Amino acid sequence: MVVASMILSALLFVVGTLGVLIRRNAIIMFLSIELQLNAVNLAFVALSRVWGIEGQIFVFFVMTVAAAEAAVGLAIIISIFRHYETVNVNNFNLLKW
Amino acid sequence: MLLTGGTAALQAGTEAGSQSGAGAFVPFLPGLVVLLPLIGFVINGVLALLHARASAVAVRNGGELDLDGPGGRPLTHTLPTWVGPGVVGLAFLITLVNFVRMLGVHLEEPVVRTYWTWIDTGTFHVAAALQLDQLSMVMMLVVTGVSFLIHVFSVGYMGDDPAYPRYFAYLNLFVFFMLTLVMASSYALMFVGWEGVGLCSYLLIGFWFTDREKADAGKKAFVVNRIGDFGFLVAMFLLFSRFHTLDFVPVFHGAAAGLAYGGGLITAITLFFFLGATGKSAQIPLYIWLPDAMAGPTPVSALIHAATMVTAGVYMVARSSVLYALSPVGSATVAGVGALTAFFAATIALKQYDIKKVLAYSTVSQLGYMFVGVGVGAYAAGIFHLMTHAFFKGLLFLGAGAIIHSMHHALHHTHSHADAQDMRNMGGLRKYMPITWIVMWVATLAISGVWPFAGFFSKDEIIWQAGAFGGAAHAPYPRLYTFYWILALAAALLTAFYMTRLMVMTFHGPNRTGTEESRHLRETPAVMWIPLVTLAALSLFGGWINVPEKLHQSFLGLFGALPMGEWMHHWLEPVTAAAQQIQATHLGAVSESAPFGGGEVLWGVVSFLLAVAVIAFAWRMVGSRKYVPAEESPADTGFARVLNRKWYVDELYDTIVVRPLKSTSRFCWKVIDAGVIDGIVNGLGYLARGLGWFGSLFQTGTVNTYALILSLGVLVILGVVIF
Repeated sequence: MVVASMILSALLFVVGTLGVLIRRNAIIMFLSIELQLNAVNLAFVALSRVWGIEGQIFVFFVMTVAAAEAAVGLAIIISIFRHYETVNVNNFNLLKW
Repeated sequence: MLLTGGTAALQAGTEAGSQSGAGAFVPFLPGLVVLLPLIGFVINGVLALLHARASAVAVRNGGELDLDGPGGRPLTHTLPTWVGPGVVGLAFLITLVNFVRMLGVHLEEPVVRTYWTWIDTGTFHVAAALQLDQLSMVMMLVVTGVSFLIHVFSVGYMGDDPAYPRYFAYLNLFVFFMLTLVMASSYALMFVGWEGVGLCSYLLIGFWFTDREKADAGKKAFVVNRIGDFGFLVAMFLLFSRFHTLDFVPVFHGAAAGLAYGGGLITAITLFFFLGATGKSAQIPLYIWLPDAMAGPTPVSALIHAATMVTAGVYMVARSSVLYALSPVGSATVAGVGALTAFFAATIALKQYDIKKVLAYSTVSQLGYMFVGVGVGAYAAGIFHLMTHAFFKGLLFLGAGAIIHSMHHALHHTHSHADAQDMRNMGGLRKYMPITWIVMWVATLAISGVWPFAGFFSKDEIIWQAGAFGGAAHAPYPRLYTFYWILALAAALLTAFYMTRLMVMTFHGPNRTGTEESRHLRETPAVMWIPLVTLAALSLFGGWINVPEKLHQSFLGLFGALPMGEWMHHWLEPVTAAAQQIQATHLGAVSESAPFGGGEVLWGVVSFLLAVAVIAFAWRMVGSRKYVPAEESPADTGFARVLNRKWYVDELYDTIVVRPLKSTSRFCWKVIDAGVIDGIVNGLGYLARGLGWFGSLFQTGTVNTYALILSLGVLVILGVVIF
């Protein structure tokens, strides 16, 4: 059961990572990040069977941070969209030098 | 009040050294002898600064400082007249008191007065200490006495120069350093004086520094001297490595035991010290600076470049007599270089037209004699010739200064641009300057070695000793010394010739100055001719203090009637005794006859007759030649041209030393410094810039790239951690 959950968690994490790296749509990248977070959550919950309750407590923290991040992140994306009228990250390359 | 305070401090100096015999020698204010010229330097230096400021203010206000204005000469111009000669005269008087005190006792060991510790690091200790013995006493008398006369002469010669206070400041500073040199009790302190006189020489050669040529002459003197100073330093290092001290007394006491006779170390030490001497005393191969040094004011040439500073090398060798006696190779080199220089410089003097150049080469030649003297173990004879040379060469230079002064005035009246120093422009000055004429003849007869003038006794003894040394029982290179003897004898004849030529061209024959100019030729004022007459008296009688015993008993010494006999020889005995003993042990007694037979008296008569014959010959030969003023004179041809151009030695040095040095420096500058060194530094800059450019390629600004690199990084770290 734990092993199966860990494999699922790893698969979800890889999918999320690839989503972040490959996709250019900011919303999709955002969702992929959420997928990574939840892959980790799954691993925490699964491993709490072996190690105890701490993993499940930690999941709540992750969910809280994820919610906060979603609020801020979506706000930024909307603000960018209003300015550039696109959410394709290839257009956002001010983050250098 | 200030003086007495200083005196008390000087008296407080501790005393070392032991005396034997009746009564102890108590030095009288030896520190003050050195200190007085320094005080004079400070006072004159301050006056010079004030004077320079006043001139600058006058120039800014659109004029220039008028020395002969209605208000009279400013104090900054009149005070040096009293301060400059005054301090040196006082120093001479104090030296005289010490000399009289030393006369009364037989001093076996030098008296050393220690004032304070100068250097105290690890095993190296040098005290600021003055040493008084017979040798330093002779040097002090010569330095302060001749300096005083030349200072007085300078009052007349330099009186109208705008930079008059600066001149006396430098001159006093020179006397201070020269006294430090001759009174130092260790090689280290001697080196201070050695460098100091070099500095003053540089400052005074380039005294009229607005003239590029004169400034360059000063530079040349300084640079050439540095080569010699290198030798002096290396010799000191070698000496220290063996004795762990540079003080004279312990070094000379331990030398015979601590150094093998004729060993490698002592030979190296003596040769390196001699390299220093060749620089300071203008011997082959480093003599080239002295003729150029004539760019300075003429009293400077008389004081620094004839009477005192250039004899420092001779003094140093005589002071180190124990070391040189231990090294036959070192001594033979000293005598050989001296003999060669004496002859070589004399040949150049034959064809010079500049009166000061003749005297400059003459000085080089005479210094060569002194080195022959100290090189053949006749240390007293070398120092004796140093002293008589100070008298007659100082006189010759001052006489030349009087002539130039007078010529300059005459030419100035008619705004002529003729050379005031070229003897072809002179002639017949006897009429206008009778005193100068007489005293110059006295000096000429003295330097030519005519009995009973000073030069006869001093020069003849050196030539005799050179011959006699080669005949010593175990002389190291007898044939070599015979060669030196011939060279010295030949140089003596050349000396008589070029000096007579100088006199005839200057004072005799028709006047070539020009009719208008000649009406302005005047005898010099009393302030200038009184020193001349004093020196003339010394040039006449000065030789009588050291008449060799054999000459003294013969008619050349008026059958013992000359009052002093071999006084100088006996006076210096305590200083040279150790060296003489080493020499006697290893070489045996010196010969009683010259290389080709004949005794001392016979050769004395021969050299006297030869000198007279050469003077008569030169008188006829030069007197019969028709000279015309320099501008109309044709250039010399043939061998005369070679001599006039000084054997092309300056050109030779330019080709083999100066040019290669310059191109090497250029190579070091352009290729090594600008190319390699700067290349490396700039290359590092370019490398950093290139790496930065390469790194910036990864900074695309897009989030995905960063995320990719971050993920790859995590994977790599995970890989490292796991495997």
